[in-house]
Amino acid sequence: MTGSALILLHPDDNVLVCRAPVTAGQTLTIGAVQVPAGADVPVGHKIARTALSAGDKVLKYGAPIGSMTAAVRAGDHVHLHNMKSDYIASHGRDAASEQRA
Amino acid sequence: MIEGFVRSDGRKGIRNVVVVAYLVECAHHVARRIVTAADDLDVHLIGFPGCYPNSYADRMMKALATHPNVGGVLLISLGCESFNRRGLREAVLASGRPCELLVIQDAGGTASTIRAGVEALERIRAEAALVPRAPMRLDELVIGTICGGSDGTSGITANPAVGRAFDTLVEAGAACIFEETGELVGCETIMADRAVTPELGRELEAAVEKAERYYTIMGFGSFAPGNADGGLTTQEEKSMGAYSKSGSSPIAGLIKPGDVPPAGGLYLLDVVPDGEPRFGFPNISDNAEIVELMACGAHLTLFTTGRGSVVGSAISPVIKVCANPETWRRMSGDMDVDAGRILEGQATLDQVGAEIVELVEAVAAGARTRSEALGHQEFILTYKSFEPIGPACLPGRPSRVMVV
Repeated sequence: MTGSALILLHPDDNVLVCRAPVTAGQTLTIGAVQVPAGADVPVGHKIARTALSAGDKVLKYGAPIGSMTAAVRAGDHVHLHNMKSDYIASHGRDAASEQRA
Repeated sequence: MIEGFVRSDGRKGIRNVVVVAYLVECAHHVARRIVTAADDLDVHLIGFPGCYPNSYADRMMKALATHPNVGGVLLISLGCESFNRRGLREAVLASGRPCELLVIQDAGGTASTIRAGVEALERIRAEAALVPRAPMRLDELVIGTICGGSDGTSGITANPAVGRAFDTLVEAGAACIFEETGELVGCETIMADRAVTPELGRELEAAVEKAERYYTIMGFGSFAPGNADGGLTTQEEKSMGAYSKSGSSPIAGLIKPGDVPPAGGLYLLDVVPDGEPRFGFPNISDNAEIVELMACGAHLTLFTTGRGSVVGSAISPVIKVCANPETWRRMSGDMDVDAGRILEGQATLDQVGAEIVELVEAVAAGARTRSEALGHQEFILTYKSFEPIGPACLPGRPSRVMVV
């Protein structure tokens, strides 16, 4: 492993992708600033590059991939608990159990 | 060098498999027993489970039974199902391939049909082995791509690496097909800009809009819980990653299952049925999409995975490109290419893309992929319905003489 645990995929992005597992409290270097990681974050998951508010578009690959549903600080985990699709709702393993005929 | 198996329609195969095809679920067991008795990596089981007639299934079975990788066919019918078994048999025979048909209700039931099937398979294999070989160029290859078990690494490593490989293969004159319009929701505008004509661009956008409408009615996008475990959150995030498999070539056409690309170039396969949803989800799992790529003539499929899919396919080998370095370490016995090295700074996208192209050539020349050697021969075909593609979908196609 060389370099940072985080990758910036596009200059316009407001999230970074973990290329190595991150531990809560671990110091992350984001641009010129250093922030503590908000949670344990696995490989492939996203971390906020800047502070974001509810309603903000999440930008990855330079394109909108959904909207924030809660505010986060830079360094926080951005996932289904604080963002959603602008197209079709995502579902978890309990979706079928929750469906009604 | 690739030594292709020469077929009567001018296409060449990279394998010479014999398929045993059940024409209704009721004939599945007998067909499987015949395949199991053969115990041969090049005898494959395919079939359609439904009892009711469906023109899509009819077209798909014909396309698959006369696929360039197929050298002979044994059809197993129960007898009372509505599948047009004689039509399929005639189509296979007309293609110059050996084909036999066994009807269980006429052949005396399970045990005697299995016995007759084992004998018929021997005759078919012997005749299939006589097919002529000839050198095959890269521009005679049709290559599909699909992603399955995607995670947050797929869109950074394996998918764009396949995109680089596609760029090289398209440049070499091969036909490359990407698919799953439901996994392009959010990418429709940027994709339309790559179409070779504005009319095709509008068709591409319309195909994605159709997919979004269809999935919204069904209540689910093409998004599995494992995608979220792996760091993906939304359909559009998954789409952006999936889209990168297409590389950067101009998009030459939009095809539907069973349409063979008329020339080299990059094509989008529209897998979402036309009309109101009638038969359920567009594709119930990854292999349903691989089957549709094969019906478009795909000789092999580049399958990217982050979470770690293990599937292969009947008829056409599957090359597994592993996106996630942790998955590679856990499941390397199932994987052909380690694209996770990109994430760890040990390889570039271009290097992995070049590795994929080399592997495509090796597999086309006969090397077994991991899933192929492990005996994976997944196959699934269900009910669907499609309208034919419109005139704007294949702008490069030479105009046909209309017979009135």
